[in-house]
Amino acid sequence: MNAVNAAGWRPSMGDSGQATGGVATASGDYGLMLEEALSFELGAEGKCGVDLDAADRAPMPGLSKFLRKEAPALPGLTEPEVVRHYTRLSRQNYAIDLGPFPLGSCTMKHNPRLNEKMARLPGFADVHPMQPQATVQGALEVIEQLADWLIGLTGMASVAMSPKAGAHGELCGLLCIRAALDARGEERDVVLVPESAHGTNPATAAFAGFKVESIPATPAGRVDLAALKEKLGPHVAGVMITNPNTCGLFEPDMKAIADAVHEAGGYVYCDGANFNAIVGKVRPGDLGVDAMHINLHKTFSTPHGGGGPGAGPVVLSEALAPFAPLPFVTRGPDGDIHLVEEENRGEGHGRSFGRMVAFHGQMGMFTRALTYILSHGADGLRQVAEDAVLNANYVLRACEDVLPAPFAKSGPCMHEALFSDSGLAEGFSTLDIAKGLIDEGFHPMTVYFPLVVKGAMLVEPTETESKAGLDRFIASLRSLAERAKAGDESLHSAPHFAPRHRLDETQAARKPVLVWQG
Amino acid sequence: MTRYFTEDHEWIEVEGDLGTVGITDYAQGQLGDITFVELPEAGAAVTKGDSVSVVDSVKAASDVYTPVSGTIAEANHALGDEPELVNTDAEVGGWLFRVTLSNASELESLMDADAYKTYVESL
Repeated sequence: MNAVNAAGWRPSMGDSGQATGGVATASGDYGLMLEEALSFELGAEGKCGVDLDAADRAPMPGLSKFLRKEAPALPGLTEPEVVRHYTRLSRQNYAIDLGPFPLGSCTMKHNPRLNEKMARLPGFADVHPMQPQATVQGALEVIEQLADWLIGLTGMASVAMSPKAGAHGELCGLLCIRAALDARGEERDVVLVPESAHGTNPATAAFAGFKVESIPATPAGRVDLAALKEKLGPHVAGVMITNPNTCGLFEPDMKAIADAVHEAGGYVYCDGANFNAIVGKVRPGDLGVDAMHINLHKTFSTPHGGGGPGAGPVVLSEALAPFAPLPFVTRGPDGDIHLVEEENRGEGHGRSFGRMVAFHGQMGMFTRALTYILSHGADGLRQVAEDAVLNANYVLRACEDVLPAPFAKSGPCMHEALFSDSGLAEGFSTLDIAKGLIDEGFHPMTVYFPLVVKGAMLVEPTETESKAGLDRFIASLRSLAERAKAGDESLHSAPHFAPRHRLDETQAARKPVLVWQG
Repeated sequence: MTRYFTEDHEWIEVEGDLGTVGITDYAQGQLGDITFVELPEAGAAVTKGDSVSVVDSVKAASDVYTPVSGTIAEANHALGDEPELVNTDAEVGGWLFRVTLSNASELESLMDADAYKTYVESL
């Protein structure tokens, strides 16, 4: 595996000095640490993984002018070579199935195997969205049951199930707000977004055609209620608040904020990405929220990047529910479940703003999320929130003496602990600690976000880590913080033990090489 | 020619009714290695305080606000190939855009070099 591409570039596996005791192997592999070339470097011209019958290659009548004149530039590989290529690459990667993945704001928790078992049942996995509804009553019932749970857990009036991701859900919520304003005959063009909101919030508001105005954070990392009230007026369509926010803090003024916004004629969008910290404990509907998306992959443990679109259902208040996008799953008087779509929207959804996606939503995610909910029950979901918060506070208090925690004094955090790189030795920063964590065998935490904290390190352990697992992570983080404070130069070149060393991220961003340079 | 500064760390140098705008050396130091600069279109009408440009670094994407109202006259397209100019030469060759001022009195609310220096030291 010592192929070198035409540019002469050949990365080396690990740190041969430290990881191999100076031993060099002829293959470039080190036992179970396997080096891997690019697929183009592995292949040979003319090799192919399938044996096509010559007769199949004859073009269909009338299509011969589209016949390819020369072979496509694909690597020539056999099936076992392809399988090994990707399996070897996968062993150079990190995954939630290998260890903790403490990315703050992402909620990288365990994906229960029961979810996968249910999603693979043929009655869920093999259905087609255009099948006659009478033949997919079970699948439709999953959507209906999940919708009922989401409405119950959030204390809202309705839920739009079709949005495909968190940010798509944000757009859904803002389009509902726009439709509600249109119905009132009002033109309001400003959406207020606090500094502690998720980065997608201002992007969504701008995409939906609103002007974005920022609300500053207080020194305690919360929304500045007085500053928000000052900005309210007849031009404000609404506010987008992330609660718990990206500093890992609950917004105690949420109800006061919602009341003020409603009084000024606006609507309250809550980014529900961090619902996992409060599920079963707080109902956003009781706080005056008008719309909130729920990332099923965070709170309800469906996989991140589940091989297709995700799911970001949006729960809605009485005020916004009439404008929700089609389709809806409804149970008729005969007990049968059916879809409300364009042709029968008169059945209670005549004011819907339209449709965001072709079909009903992401069935695979719905099945997994409902499995998670039913296997936990209401009491188990409450414990999910309690354990997520407990774990984050355990990390916060175990490390605050070696890493400054700017908001720790204002009380407990919610589901994530936020540290700053102030106080490290000259020339050492968050990046060095993050790279050091790779050597320690952990995925790094979220770095340099949120922006309100210098050199932010945002750690979200999630409820699925055990105390023993947290103790190992804490020991590593403390050790790295102490090395960075002592000015340990070896941290500057970390990671030393990963398949690749410190990469030039600046050059990769400025001059990205996106295609094989053979 | 006079140079003014904002609290958001932009500088503007004014000659006649044409102002050249960039981010300060302090700002580029805080942002770290700059990887991409999104520039405004010439001819766009802008109002003081509008976000008209975005500077991406390895750490963050930051909005750049125009310190004055007017019309965008020109953008520094050299930054397309060499965004690192903002790191190496923030206050001269790394300028971002030029704006034709519509209200020169807006300059009065900005800081001069000494005031900006004091401001940065207070951060």
